[in-house]
Amino acid sequence: MIEVKNLHKSFGEAHILKGISATFHQGQTNLIIGQSGSGKSVFLKCLLGLYSYEQGSIEYNGEIFADLSEDKKRDMRAKIGMVFQGSALFDSLTIEENVMFPLRMFTKLKKDEMRDRANIVLKRVNLEDAHNKMPSEASGGMQKRVAIARAIVNNPKYLFCDEPNSGLDPKTAIVIDNLIHEITEEYKITTVINTHDMNSVMEIGDHIMFLKDGLKAWEGSKDTIFRTDNEVVTDFVYSSNLFKKVREAIIKENK
Amino acid sequence: MQYLHNIGTYFLMIIELFRKPTKWSVMRELILKDIDDLIIGSIGIVAFIAFFVGGVVTIQTALNIDNPLIPKELIGFATRQSILLEFAPTFMSIIMAGKVGSFITSSIGTMRVTEQIDALEVMGINSLNYLVFPKLVAMAFYPFVISIAMFLGVIGGLMACIYGGYASVDDFITGIQQEFEPFHIVYAFIKTFLFAFVLATIPSFHGYYMKGGALEVGKASTTSFVWTSVAIIIINYLATQLLLS
Repeated sequence: MIEVKNLHKSFGEAHILKGISATFHQGQTNLIIGQSGSGKSVFLKCLLGLYSYEQGSIEYNGEIFADLSEDKKRDMRAKIGMVFQGSALFDSLTIEENVMFPLRMFTKLKKDEMRDRANIVLKRVNLEDAHNKMPSEASGGMQKRVAIARAIVNNPKYLFCDEPNSGLDPKTAIVIDNLIHEITEEYKITTVINTHDMNSVMEIGDHIMFLKDGLKAWEGSKDTIFRTDNEVVTDFVYSSNLFKKVREAIIKENK
Repeated sequence: MQYLHNIGTYFLMIIELFRKPTKWSVMRELILKDIDDLIIGSIGIVAFIAFFVGGVVTIQTALNIDNPLIPKELIGFATRQSILLEFAPTFMSIIMAGKVGSFITSSIGTMRVTEQIDALEVMGINSLNYLVFPKLVAMAFYPFVISIAMFLGVIGGLMACIYGGYASVDDFITGIQQEFEPFHIVYAFIKTFLFAFVLATIPSFHGYYMKGGALEVGKASTTSFVWTSVAIIIINYLATQLLLS
């Protein structure tokens, strides 16, 4: 579980996060949504410890991350998996070596054991035949799946994803969303996803937090987001014609 | 003010790259890869340039000696002094600022742009140690490249002398041996080690701290070449003043 209390973050004069509190539970897919510039990425980077913050606290299972010693922070980071927006695979390593990377850095496993574990995870993301390819030879969807495999290979307790399906076609995006959701439930991980994608919200949003201007404007789930009267949320959710029609259909059905 | 800030950040980077070392089994592979990329990969171009520039230095010296009272051995002597003292360590390092420096800046810069450095940081890896330290160790072998440049520069000069008919082989070799100061070799290698440090760290600094996209990677490579060259020239002046004057 990750507990965030009254988080404030500024860059010079710009106050980006204005006292956000949230709880992200284990085994749930937690989505952070909001418009560009709402503070989602800054919030995620604070959670990851890439940004320091002026006020508030972030607790990982009761331990305040910022107060940990360097060694403990390092141990904690070994329990974190991250899927970056652009996948962030290491260009000079093959797909299999990319997946083995966290094992090489944080475990004392033998090379064969690492390879076996990497292959199990690659199989889990349906990439068992791609291990000798270079990242540049893989499609966007494959790269995302490799990034997921790399993030989960060391059995993380926490999984963070920054726009995991940006730049993917709708079908592949759903495959990636479902994969993350299944892995979260299967390995009982606390997953936090930063997204703009309303399809993801509808598919996998066990817990959704809506940010606006550095504040938490709404909190709920995929079941409640379409029934909310919160104007800020409805403006965002129904900004596309497709979702406007979905809403009209839901309202019609309820009548 | 920005210059001071950058200089401060550069020195902090140097301190940081020795902290939280990467696992030795991983580091060993990174060092070997960087030796291959930065040292072995540079030998071909260094050999080519050194051989021909050595020849040109000999021809220029020979053509400018038109006084019959000046002994022909001076051609070998001047070639040796030019190559050992300045051409091999300094001129070659400026060429390497273009070749090795651009490679380092663009490879680290691309990792920055594509969030690969963030990925290392999230995993709790000291990205400076992981990326820059192996390059620094690899560049410790840079004097080996400069030794090849020195040797081939003199051989190029000898060839140009023989085939151009400017002096006899005996005259040239006598010139090479004349008034040889072993300390000049020490001076050249002290400079080479200093240049190796600069060649590994300044381009790394420009790549690591760059902001923006692909266009900025190109700009960072150019800036890194300019500042590495400036640092080499200044260090060359200071080292010469301190060690030879």
